[in-house]
Amino acid sequence: MARKVLILAGTKKGTFILESDASRRSWELRGPFCDTWPINHVIADPKTGTIYAGGGNEWFGPAVWKSTDQGKTWTHSSEGLAYKEGEEPVKAVWSLAIGPGGLYAGVEPAGLFHSADGGQTWTHIEGLSNHPSRQDWHPGGGGLILHSLVLHPEDDKQIWVGISSAGVFYTADGGETWQPRNKGTRADYLPEDQRYPELGQCVHSLVMAPGMPNRLYQQNHCGMYRSENGGQQWESIEAGLPSSFGFPAAAHPRDPDSLFLLPLNGDIAGRYMPDGKAAVWRTRDSGGTWQALRDGLPQTNAFFGVLRQALTTDSLEPAGVYFGTGGGALFASADEGDSWNCLSDYLPAIHSVETVVLDA
Amino acid sequence: MTNPGSSLTQVPDVPPSVTAVLAPALVNLFPGAPRRVELRAATVRDLIDQLNERWPGMRDRLCDSTPRIRRHINVFVRGERALLDTPLTENSDVYLLTAISGG
Repeated sequence: MARKVLILAGTKKGTFILESDASRRSWELRGPFCDTWPINHVIADPKTGTIYAGGGNEWFGPAVWKSTDQGKTWTHSSEGLAYKEGEEPVKAVWSLAIGPGGLYAGVEPAGLFHSADGGQTWTHIEGLSNHPSRQDWHPGGGGLILHSLVLHPEDDKQIWVGISSAGVFYTADGGETWQPRNKGTRADYLPEDQRYPELGQCVHSLVMAPGMPNRLYQQNHCGMYRSENGGQQWESIEAGLPSSFGFPAAAHPRDPDSLFLLPLNGDIAGRYMPDGKAAVWRTRDSGGTWQALRDGLPQTNAFFGVLRQALTTDSLEPAGVYFGTGGGALFASADEGDSWNCLSDYLPAIHSVETVVLDA
Repeated sequence: MTNPGSSLTQVPDVPPSVTAVLAPALVNLFPGAPRRVELRAATVRDLIDQLNERWPGMRDRLCDSTPRIRRHINVFVRGERALLDTPLTENSDVYLLTAISGG
Protein backbone atom coordinates (compact mmCIF):
# COMPACT_ATOMS: atom_id res chain seq x y z
CA MET A 1 0.00 0.00 0.00
CA ALA A 2 1.36 3.43 -0.95
CA ARG A 3 1.84 5.79 1.96
CA LYS A 4 1.58 9.55 2.35
CA VAL A 5 2.71 11.87 5.10
CA LEU A 6 0.96 14.95 6.45
CA ILE A 7 2.75 17.72 8.33
CA LEU A 8 0.38 19.37 10.80
CA ALA A 9 1.41 22.92 11.73
CA GLY A 10 -0.29 24.90 14.47
CA THR A 11 0.31 28.62 13.97
CA LYS A 12 -0.69 31.98 15.34
CA LYS A 13 -3.21 32.24 12.49
CA GLY A 14 -4.69 28.78 12.12
CA THR A 15 -3.75 25.22 11.18
CA PHE A 16 -1.81 24.42 8.02
CA ILE A 17 -1.37 20.97 6.47
CA LEU A 18 1.40 19.96 4.06
CA GLU A 19 1.09 16.67 2.21
CA SER A 20 3.59 14.54 0.32
CA ASP A 21 4.04 10.98 -0.83
CA ALA A 22 6.53 8.80 1.02
CA SER A 23 9.45 10.15 -1.00
CA ARG A 24 8.90 13.54 0.69
CA ARG A 25 10.39 15.35 -2.31
CA SER A 26 7.49 17.74 -3.02
CA TRP A 27 4.82 19.09 -0.74
CA GLU A 28 1.39 20.61 -1.22
CA LEU A 29 0.32 23.18 1.39
CA ARG A 30 -3.30 23.68 2.47
CA GLY A 31 -4.77 26.17 4.95
CA PRO A 32 -5.27 28.17 7.01
CA PHE A 33 -7.90 26.10 8.80
CA CYS A 34 -9.73 26.49 12.14
CA ASP A 35 -11.03 29.95 11.20
CA THR A 36 -7.47 31.31 11.62
CA TRP A 37 -7.68 30.87 15.42
CA PRO A 38 -4.34 30.76 17.21
CA ILE A 39 -3.63 27.02 17.31
CA ASN A 40 -1.05 25.71 19.74
CA HIS A 41 -0.98 22.01 18.86
CA VAL A 42 -2.25 19.80 16.05
CA ILE A 43 -2.11 15.99 16.18
CA ALA A 44 -3.63 13.13 14.22
CA ASP A 45 -4.78 9.68 15.24
CA PRO A 46 -2.55 7.42 13.13
CA LYS A 47 -5.23 4.69 13.15
CA THR A 48 -8.06 6.81 11.76
CA GLY A 49 -6.40 9.90 10.30
CA THR A 50 -8.69 12.12 12.40
CA ILE A 51 -6.97 15.45 13.05
CA TYR A 52 -7.36 17.40 16.30
CA ALA A 53 -6.23 21.03 16.72
CA GLY A 54 -6.16 22.76 20.10
CA GLY A 55 -5.97 26.46 20.67
CA GLY A 56 -7.66 29.51 22.03
CA ASN A 57 -9.10 32.62 20.51
CA GLU A 58 -9.10 35.99 22.32
CA TRP A 59 -12.74 36.48 21.33
CA PHE A 60 -14.17 33.02 21.66
CA GLY A 61 -12.01 31.17 24.20
CA PRO A 62 -10.55 27.66 24.10
CA ALA A 63 -11.60 24.80 21.85
CA VAL A 64 -10.45 21.62 20.21
CA TRP A 65 -11.10 21.50 16.48
CA LYS A 66 -11.59 18.20 14.66
CA SER A 67 -11.43 17.07 11.05
CA THR A 68 -12.26 13.54 9.89
CA ASP A 69 -11.48 14.27 6.22
CA GLN A 70 -7.86 15.37 6.50
CA GLY A 71 -8.66 19.05 6.76
CA LYS A 72 -11.44 19.59 4.26
CA THR A 73 -14.08 20.24 6.92
CA TRP A 74 -13.79 21.05 10.62
CA THR A 75 -15.98 21.16 13.71
CA HIS A 76 -15.05 22.48 17.12
CA SER A 77 -16.08 21.84 20.72
CA SER A 78 -15.25 22.95 24.23
CA GLU A 79 -18.11 21.22 26.04
CA GLY A 80 -16.80 20.45 29.52
CA LEU A 81 -13.44 22.06 28.78
CA ALA A 82 -13.87 24.39 31.74
CA TYR A 83 -12.94 24.79 35.37
CA LYS A 84 -15.59 25.30 38.04
CA GLU A 85 -17.58 28.53 38.24
CA GLY A 86 -15.59 31.25 39.97
CA GLU A 87 -12.20 29.76 39.12
CA GLU A 88 -9.91 31.37 36.55
CA PRO A 89 -11.37 30.18 33.23
CA VAL A 90 -9.47 28.05 30.71
CA LYS A 91 -7.82 30.42 28.26
CA ALA A 92 -6.42 28.07 25.61
CA VAL A 93 -5.61 24.48 24.78
CA TRP A 94 -1.84 23.94 24.59
CA SER A 95 -1.25 20.24 24.06
CA LEU A 96 -3.07 17.20 22.76
CA ALA A 97 -2.30 13.48 22.93
CA ILE A 98 -4.17 10.37 21.91
CA GLY A 99 -3.60 6.92 23.37
CA PRO A 100 -5.34 3.74 24.44
CA GLY A 101 -7.34 5.71 27.02
CA GLY A 102 -8.68 8.32 24.62
CA LEU A 103 -7.87 11.94 23.88
CA TYR A 104 -6.19 14.30 26.37
CA ALA A 105 -5.82 18.08 26.35
CA GLY A 106 -3.44 20.21 28.41
CA VAL A 107 -4.59 23.78 28.93
CA GLU A 108 -3.75 27.22 30.30
CA PRO A 109 -3.99 27.87 33.25
CA ALA A 110 -2.31 24.50 33.70
CA GLY A 111 -4.69 21.58 33.89
CA LEU A 112 -5.55 18.35 32.14
CA PHE A 113 -8.78 17.27 30.46
CA HIS A 114 -9.89 13.93 28.99
CA SER A 115 -12.30 13.08 26.21
CA ALA A 116 -13.69 9.58 25.73
CA ASP A 117 -15.74 10.53 22.67
CA GLY A 118 -13.20 11.92 20.26
CA GLY A 119 -13.21 15.51 21.45
CA GLN A 120 -16.96 16.08 21.56
CA THR A 121 -17.11 16.38 25.37
CA TRP A 122 -14.39 16.83 27.98
CA THR A 123 -13.90 15.96 31.64
CA HIS A 124 -11.49 17.74 33.97
CA ILE A 125 -8.89 15.44 35.56
CA GLU A 126 -9.14 17.14 38.92
CA GLY A 127 -6.36 15.18 40.62
CA LEU A 128 -3.68 17.28 38.95
CA SER A 129 -5.30 20.60 39.84
CA ASN A 130 -5.83 19.32 43.39
CA HIS A 131 -2.13 18.53 43.86
CA PRO A 132 -0.98 20.15 47.14
CA SER A 133 1.71 22.08 45.26
CA ARG A 134 -0.81 23.80 42.95
CA GLN A 135 -0.63 27.12 44.82
CA ASP A 136 3.14 27.16 44.22
CA TRP A 137 2.93 26.81 40.43
CA HIS A 138 4.10 30.02 38.79
CA PRO A 139 3.79 30.90 35.12
CA GLY A 140 6.80 30.93 32.83
CA GLY A 141 7.22 33.42 30.00
CA GLY A 142 4.53 31.67 27.97
CA GLY A 143 2.05 31.55 30.84
CA LEU A 144 1.10 28.75 33.26
CA ILE A 145 0.72 26.18 30.51
CA LEU A 146 0.54 22.39 30.36
CA HIS A 147 2.44 22.02 27.09
CA SER A 148 3.89 18.52 27.29
CA LEU A 149 1.69 15.47 27.44
CA VAL A 150 3.21 11.97 27.28
CA LEU A 151 1.02 8.87 27.43
CA HIS A 152 2.24 5.37 28.17
CA PRO A 153 1.82 3.40 24.92
CA GLU A 154 0.05 0.45 26.57
CA ASP A 155 -1.03 1.45 30.10
CA ASP A 156 -3.66 4.17 29.96
CA LYS A 157 -3.23 4.85 33.68
CA GLN A 158 0.29 6.24 33.25
CA ILE A 159 0.66 9.86 32.11
CA TRP A 160 3.51 12.35 32.31
CA VAL A 161 2.89 16.10 31.92
CA GLY A 162 5.20 19.09 31.66
CA ILE A 163 4.05 22.41 33.08
CA SER A 164 5.88 25.73 32.78
CA SER A 165 7.13 26.40 35.28
CA ALA A 166 5.94 23.80 37.77
CA GLY A 167 7.92 20.91 36.27
CA VAL A 168 7.18 17.31 35.36
CA PHE A 169 4.39 15.39 37.08
CA TYR A 170 3.48 11.70 36.76
CA THR A 171 0.39 9.66 37.52
CA ALA A 172 0.13 5.87 37.65
CA ASP A 173 -3.58 5.80 38.44
CA GLY A 174 -5.16 7.60 35.52
CA GLY A 175 -4.84 11.06 37.03
CA GLU A 176 -6.21 10.67 40.55
CA THR A 177 -2.82 11.21 42.20
CA TRP A 178 0.33 12.84 40.85
CA GLN A 179 3.99 12.95 41.84
CA PRO A 180 6.55 15.60 40.88
CA ARG A 181 9.35 14.03 38.80
CA ASN A 182 12.08 16.65 38.65
CA LYS A 183 14.95 15.15 40.65
CA GLY A 184 18.24 16.05 39.00
CA THR A 185 16.92 18.96 36.89
CA ARG A 186 18.21 22.44 37.66
CA ALA A 187 16.50 25.73 38.31
CA ASP A 188 19.32 28.20 37.58
CA TYR A 189 16.99 31.12 38.29
CA LEU A 190 16.82 30.24 42.01
CA PRO A 191 19.46 31.03 44.65
CA GLU A 192 22.52 28.78 44.43
CA ASP A 193 21.56 26.61 47.40
CA GLN A 194 18.02 26.03 46.06
CA ARG A 195 18.70 24.97 42.48
CA TYR A 196 17.42 21.37 42.74
CA PRO A 197 13.93 21.77 44.25
CA GLU A 198 11.25 19.08 44.22
CA LEU A 199 9.25 21.14 41.74
CA GLY A 200 9.20 24.56 40.09
CA GLN A 201 11.61 23.67 37.30
CA CYS A 202 10.85 25.14 33.90
CA VAL A 203 10.43 22.09 31.68
CA HIS A 204 10.13 23.04 27.99
CA SER A 205 9.60 19.69 26.29
CA LEU A 206 9.16 16.09 27.39
CA VAL A 207 9.31 13.09 25.03
CA MET A 208 9.41 9.29 25.40
CA ALA A 209 11.93 6.99 23.71
CA PRO A 210 10.22 4.54 21.34
CA GLY A 211 9.80 1.07 22.80
CA MET A 212 11.22 2.16 26.16
CA PRO A 213 8.43 3.78 28.18
CA ASN A 214 10.74 4.34 31.13
CA ARG A 215 13.24 6.34 29.07
CA LEU A 216 12.26 9.98 28.84
CA TYR A 217 14.13 12.92 27.39
CA GLN A 218 13.62 16.49 28.49
CA GLN A 219 14.59 19.90 27.16
CA ASN A 220 14.47 22.23 30.12
CA HIS A 221 14.95 25.99 30.44
CA CYS A 222 18.12 24.95 32.27
CA GLY A 223 19.63 21.96 30.50
CA MET A 224 18.90 18.80 28.56
CA TYR A 225 18.21 15.55 30.42
CA ARG A 226 17.54 11.82 30.10
CA SER A 227 15.75 9.59 32.60
CA GLU A 228 15.88 5.80 32.59
CA ASN A 229 13.17 5.33 35.23
CA GLY A 230 10.16 7.30 34.10
CA GLY A 231 11.44 10.59 35.43
CA GLN A 232 12.28 9.52 38.97
CA GLN A 233 15.86 10.65 38.36
CA TRP A 234 17.23 12.82 35.56
CA GLU A 235 20.80 12.91 34.21
CA SER A 236 22.24 15.83 32.28
CA ILE A 237 23.01 15.17 28.61
CA GLU A 238 23.98 18.75 27.71
CA ALA A 239 27.75 18.18 27.40
CA GLY A 240 28.75 18.71 23.77
CA LEU A 241 25.82 21.00 22.94
CA PRO A 242 26.31 24.72 22.18
CA SER A 243 24.12 25.85 25.07
CA SER A 244 21.95 24.48 27.84
CA PHE A 245 18.88 26.38 26.59
CA GLY A 246 16.27 25.46 24.02
CA PHE A 247 12.60 24.65 23.70
CA PRO A 248 11.75 21.49 21.70
CA ALA A 249 12.89 17.88 21.73
CA ALA A 250 11.92 15.12 19.29
CA ALA A 251 12.34 11.39 19.68
CA HIS A 252 13.17 9.06 16.81
CA PRO A 253 10.24 6.86 15.72
CA ARG A 254 12.14 3.59 16.26
CA ASP A 255 15.57 4.14 17.84
CA PRO A 256 15.42 4.89 21.58
CA ASP A 257 19.03 6.10 21.53
CA SER A 258 18.37 8.85 18.96
CA LEU A 259 17.11 12.28 19.91
CA PHE A 260 16.86 15.64 18.11
CA LEU A 261 17.26 19.01 19.85
CA LEU A 262 17.40 22.65 18.73
CA PRO A 263 19.58 24.52 21.23
CA LEU A 264 19.26 28.30 21.18
CA ASN A 265 22.03 30.66 22.20
CA GLY A 266 20.77 31.23 25.76
CA ASP A 267 17.85 32.43 27.83
CA ILE A 268 19.28 35.92 28.37
CA ALA A 269 21.19 36.06 25.06
CA GLY A 270 18.28 36.57 22.65
CA ARG A 271 17.04 32.98 22.27
CA TYR A 272 18.02 32.45 18.63
CA MET A 273 20.31 30.13 16.70
CA PRO A 274 23.82 30.17 18.21
CA ASP A 275 26.01 32.60 16.20
CA GLY A 276 23.09 33.10 13.80
CA LYS A 277 23.80 29.67 12.25
CA ALA A 278 20.93 27.19 12.26
CA ALA A 279 21.50 23.61 13.34
CA VAL A 280 19.51 20.67 14.61
CA TRP A 281 21.57 18.56 17.00
CA ARG A 282 21.29 14.76 16.96
CA THR A 283 22.52 12.09 19.31
CA ARG A 284 22.71 8.40 18.39
CA ASP A 285 23.86 7.29 21.84
CA SER A 286 21.10 8.64 24.09
CA GLY A 287 22.88 11.92 24.76
CA GLY A 288 26.49 10.79 25.16
CA THR A 289 27.66 12.61 22.03
CA TRP A 290 26.07 15.15 19.70
CA GLN A 291 26.31 15.99 16.01
CA ALA A 292 25.30 19.34 14.48
CA LEU A 293 23.13 18.93 11.37
CA ARG A 294 23.42 22.03 9.16
CA ASP A 295 23.28 20.94 5.51
CA GLY A 296 20.57 23.06 3.86
CA LEU A 297 19.87 25.22 6.92
CA PRO A 298 20.74 28.96 6.88
CA GLN A 299 24.28 29.55 8.16
CA THR A 300 24.15 33.36 8.23
CA ASN A 301 21.76 35.73 9.99
CA ALA A 302 19.49 32.98 11.36
CA PHE A 303 18.03 34.88 14.27
CA PHE A 304 14.97 32.73 14.77
CA GLY A 305 13.71 30.60 17.61
CA VAL A 306 11.78 27.34 17.62
CA LEU A 307 9.10 26.78 20.23
CA ARG A 308 8.36 23.81 22.52
CA GLN A 309 6.21 21.69 20.22
CA ALA A 310 7.67 22.80 16.87
CA LEU A 311 10.19 19.98 16.25
CA THR A 312 9.12 16.47 15.32
CA THR A 313 9.85 13.34 13.33
CA ASP A 314 7.77 11.09 11.07
CA SER A 315 7.48 7.30 11.16
CA LEU A 316 8.86 6.60 7.67
CA GLU A 317 12.19 4.91 6.93
CA PRO A 318 14.51 6.78 7.08
CA ALA A 319 12.76 9.05 9.54
CA GLY A 320 11.83 12.57 8.49
CA VAL A 321 12.60 15.47 10.82
CA TYR A 322 10.71 18.77 10.75
CA PHE A 323 10.73 22.11 12.56
CA GLY A 324 8.90 25.42 12.31
CA THR A 325 10.23 28.80 13.40
CA GLY A 326 8.74 31.69 15.29
CA GLY A 327 9.08 33.64 12.02
CA GLY A 328 6.96 31.20 10.04
CA ALA A 329 9.54 29.13 8.15
CA LEU A 330 9.08 25.36 7.95
CA PHE A 331 12.13 23.14 7.42
CA ALA A 332 12.17 19.42 6.60
CA SER A 333 14.66 16.59 6.33
CA ALA A 334 13.83 13.24 4.72
CA ASP A 335 17.08 11.62 5.89
CA GLU A 336 17.06 11.84 9.70
CA GLY A 337 18.48 15.36 9.69
CA ASP A 338 21.46 14.86 7.38
CA SER A 339 20.11 17.38 4.84
CA TRP A 340 17.38 19.97 4.96
CA ASN A 341 14.97 21.95 2.75
CA CYS A 342 12.76 24.93 3.52
CA LEU A 343 9.18 23.92 2.65
CA SER A 344 7.54 27.28 3.31
CA ASP A 345 9.06 30.69 4.11
CA TYR A 346 6.13 32.79 5.13
CA LEU A 347 3.68 30.97 7.35
CA PRO A 348 2.44 32.74 10.50
CA ALA A 349 4.48 32.17 13.67
CA ILE A 350 4.65 28.40 14.07
CA HIS A 351 3.68 27.03 17.50
CA SER A 352 3.79 23.30 16.77
CA VAL A 353 4.70 20.73 14.14
CA GLU A 354 3.54 17.11 14.12
CA THR A 355 3.23 14.46 11.43
CA VAL A 356 1.06 11.48 10.56
CA VAL A 357 1.69 8.75 8.00
CA LEU A 358 -1.42 7.34 6.33
CA ASP A 359 -2.37 5.03 3.50
CA ALA A 360 -2.44 7.04 0.27
CA MET B 1 -46.71 35.24 38.12
CA THR B 2 -45.00 38.45 39.15
CA ASN B 3 -45.38 39.81 42.65
CA PRO B 4 -46.65 43.43 42.59
CA GLY B 5 -45.15 44.01 46.02
CA SER B 6 -41.65 42.83 45.12
CA SER B 7 -38.82 45.34 44.91
CA LEU B 8 -36.94 43.02 42.55
CA THR B 9 -36.89 43.58 38.80
CA GLN B 10 -40.16 42.26 37.53
CA VAL B 11 -39.96 39.60 34.87
CA PRO B 12 -42.99 39.62 32.60
CA ASP B 13 -44.85 36.36 31.99
CA VAL B 14 -44.11 36.52 28.29
CA PRO B 15 -40.51 37.59 27.64
CA PRO B 16 -40.11 40.47 25.22
CA SER B 17 -39.55 39.88 21.55
CA VAL B 18 -35.97 40.83 20.66
CA THR B 19 -33.50 40.47 17.82
CA ALA B 20 -30.02 39.08 18.34
CA VAL B 21 -27.49 40.45 15.84
CA LEU B 22 -24.57 38.02 15.61
CA ALA B 23 -21.00 38.98 14.70
CA PRO B 24 -19.76 37.53 11.37
CA ALA B 25 -16.92 35.67 13.10
CA LEU B 26 -19.46 34.02 15.40
CA VAL B 27 -21.77 33.05 12.53
CA ASN B 28 -18.80 31.46 10.74
CA LEU B 29 -18.32 29.06 13.65
CA PHE B 30 -21.89 27.72 13.43
CA PRO B 31 -22.82 26.75 9.87
CA GLY B 32 -26.43 27.66 9.15
CA ALA B 33 -26.67 30.37 11.80
CA PRO B 34 -28.08 33.64 10.40
CA ARG B 35 -26.78 37.12 11.21
CA ARG B 36 -30.12 38.12 12.81
CA VAL B 37 -32.17 35.88 15.09
CA GLU B 38 -35.68 36.73 16.34
CA LEU B 39 -36.51 35.29 19.76
CA ARG B 40 -38.09 36.02 23.13
CA ALA B 41 -35.71 36.64 26.02
CA ALA B 42 -35.94 38.53 29.31
CA THR B 43 -32.20 39.02 29.84
CA VAL B 44 -28.95 38.71 27.93
CA ARG B 45 -28.31 35.42 29.79
CA ASP B 46 -31.67 34.10 28.65
CA LEU B 47 -30.94 35.18 25.08
CA ILE B 48 -27.54 33.42 25.06
CA ASP B 49 -29.10 30.29 26.57
CA GLN B 50 -31.60 30.20 23.74
CA LEU B 51 -28.93 30.72 21.12
CA ASN B 52 -27.02 27.83 22.71
CA GLU B 53 -30.07 25.58 22.41
CA ARG B 54 -30.32 26.31 18.71
CA TRP B 55 -26.58 26.14 18.06
CA PRO B 56 -24.98 23.96 20.76
CA GLY B 57 -21.67 25.40 21.92
CA MET B 58 -22.47 29.03 21.14
CA ARG B 59 -22.64 29.89 24.86
CA ASP B 60 -19.01 28.78 25.29
CA ARG B 61 -17.94 31.12 22.51
CA LEU B 62 -19.67 34.11 24.13
CA CYS B 63 -19.23 33.41 27.86
CA ASP B 64 -16.46 31.97 30.00
CA SER B 65 -16.97 29.67 32.99
CA THR B 66 -16.86 32.48 35.60
CA PRO B 67 -19.58 32.85 34.20
CA ARG B 68 -19.50 36.18 32.40
CA ILE B 69 -19.39 37.57 28.88
CA ARG B 70 -15.92 36.99 27.46
CA ARG B 71 -13.52 39.90 27.81
CA HIS B 72 -13.25 40.53 24.07
CA ILE B 73 -16.94 40.03 23.30
CA ASN B 74 -19.10 43.13 23.49
CA VAL B 75 -22.85 42.82 23.97
CA PHE B 76 -24.71 46.07 23.31
CA VAL B 77 -28.33 46.72 24.31
CA ARG B 78 -29.92 50.13 23.78
CA GLY B 79 -26.48 51.50 22.85
CA GLU B 80 -24.86 50.42 26.13
CA ARG B 81 -22.49 47.55 26.93
CA ALA B 82 -24.55 44.89 28.65
CA LEU B 83 -23.90 42.14 31.20
CA LEU B 84 -25.54 38.73 31.49
CA ASP B 85 -28.16 40.14 33.88
CA THR B 86 -29.06 43.12 31.70
CA PRO B 87 -32.86 43.04 31.14
CA LEU B 88 -34.25 43.20 27.62
CA THR B 89 -37.31 45.14 26.50
CA GLU B 90 -39.74 44.65 23.65
CA ASN B 91 -38.14 45.10 20.21
CA SER B 92 -34.61 45.37 21.59
CA ASP B 93 -31.74 44.78 19.18
CA VAL B 94 -29.00 42.86 21.03
CA TYR B 95 -25.64 43.18 19.27
CA LEU B 96 -23.11 40.41 19.98
CA LEU B 97 -19.86 41.84 18.63
CA THR B 98 -16.18 40.94 18.54
CA ALA B 99 -14.08 43.69 20.15
CA ILE B 100 -10.77 44.98 18.81
CA SER B 101 -8.26 42.26 19.62
CA GLY B 102 -5.42 40.25 18.21
CA GLY B 103 -2.26 40.92 16.23
